[in-house]
Amino acid sequence: MEYLSIVFQEVYKILFLLVPVLVSVAMIVWLDRRVWAFVQKRQGPNVVGPFGLLQSLADALKYIFKEIIIPSSSNKVIFILAPIVTMTLALIAWAVIPFSATQVLADINVGILYLFAVSSLGVYGIIMGGWASNSKYPFLGAIRSAAQMVSYEVSIGVIIINVLLCVGSLNLNDIVIAQQNMWFVIPLFPMFVIFFISALAETNRPPFDLPEAEAELVAGYQTEYSGMMYAMFWLGEYANILLMCAMGAILFLGGWMSPIDVYPFTLVPGAIWLILKILLLFILFALIKAIVPRYRYDQLMRLGWKVFLPLSLIWVVLTASYLFYFNLLPVN
Amino acid sequence: MIAHAIFFYTFSIIAVVSAIMVTASKNTVHSVFFLILDFISISCLFIMIGAEFLGMIMLIVYVGAVAVLFLFVVMMLNVAQQKNQWFAGQQSSRHIPVGLIISTLIFFEIIIVIGGWKYKPEIFDINNSISQASISNTHSLGQVLYTDYIHVFQISGMILLVAMVGAIVLTFRQRSGVKRQSYIKQISRERAEGVEVLEVQSNKGVKLDD
Repeated sequence: MEYLSIVFQEVYKILFLLVPVLVSVAMIVWLDRRVWAFVQKRQGPNVVGPFGLLQSLADALKYIFKEIIIPSSSNKVIFILAPIVTMTLALIAWAVIPFSATQVLADINVGILYLFAVSSLGVYGIIMGGWASNSKYPFLGAIRSAAQMVSYEVSIGVIIINVLLCVGSLNLNDIVIAQQNMWFVIPLFPMFVIFFISALAETNRPPFDLPEAEAELVAGYQTEYSGMMYAMFWLGEYANILLMCAMGAILFLGGWMSPIDVYPFTLVPGAIWLILKILLLFILFALIKAIVPRYRYDQLMRLGWKVFLPLSLIWVVLTASYLFYFNLLPVN
Repeated sequence: MIAHAIFFYTFSIIAVVSAIMVTASKNTVHSVFFLILDFISISCLFIMIGAEFLGMIMLIVYVGAVAVLFLFVVMMLNVAQQKNQWFAGQQSSRHIPVGLIISTLIFFEIIIVIGGWKYKPEIFDINNSISQASISNTHSLGQVLYTDYIHVFQISGMILLVAMVGAIVLTFRQRSGVKRQSYIKQISRERAEGVEVLEVQSNKGVKLDD
């Protein structure tokens, strides 16, 4: 009985995390479309609910009632598994995100590695969907995204090493607390820029949305999907984007810490600060979607391997030597 | 404790079954997916014995990068040839002796290691700092890797680098007659050299040099 109550407690905690994440994914889709529209001097979705806030809900209803079509020549098991994998991976990563010093579902020692591992697994949903569709456009999209995501993961990994050098711990809460005096965005600003661009590429956002470039590949790996399965890809993608924003906020913008450590600001709960920082990064994501044209594929690869990777490696050497020379290495 | 046992047996059964399915499944892409499942369950086992760093690195390196490249290669194969004829095919049966030799070697290596561990435990009992309970797994790994074993660690890194350079050198070939795209040239193009206004005489046409 005692065992069961522990299980129920955990389930309750998980629901308390996942439901807000899913709701905010729906809201973020709305926000994305609104920002995009405002940049182009349009209104965007503004009909359903106040300011169109319920637009995503209406879309979700539409997807639920649509028929799920499974192509007869597809590999059915993998075809159905692909959106499930995408969605699951996008949601399980939230387990380690700290919303304050105590509000974290799993405060594990290797939190940042876990985040990195889960975000690097995200490519499987896309590959599985693209391959199992047994169709040319999804397959090309899947191959593009596999190469793209693997390439940009490398530079994200090296950037994480930069931050870890300054922190001396892989725990996400330690990373946040290490930024008490100064957010890492100030000393590591070039790394923040590279992280942000790599995050765009990692989540297949414009200007790096080549896996689903509609002018060339219809809808990339999602071409054969319909109904709720398509919506799950969509939700997973946006949950991933939010996750990358959260990762950026934790690594560089001080996570749940208030920007100024004085009285009225410290009253605001940490979760609010984290959400505000995630929103700030997300609005940047949305703005970039609106104002930057799509990259050519060879330029994308060149940027990842020949610019970002050497730059971030050089910065690792710089950070390490600076910390070593001034005896600032975090040793415990 | 019982929960621990349940999780251990779940992950190990999945690991063993998926390892068998890697060789037994007819479709090579399915094989790679089973391989990925195997990697994931083994990293779960690593995490269960407290080697969380190893488990995560296993996920990042093997599942996140190596297996993606595997899939990448396998998906490019012709679908019609994707029948893995390990059991029935005449053609591939000559690989069986090689496979048997390798698997016997690995089997004996494992026997030696497990036997040594069982009967001569003092060989493995190097007084290391890994067993300290106060510091985390990652910290103790870092303290050992970058102090006592720094040379071995660096040498293994160099070997990997050499292997990578070697692979690139082996596959690199300079082809002639390929139009290369120069990034600098492309973005430094001005309107003056890109656009030219010509008077076209009727019935003559214009010759463009491409």
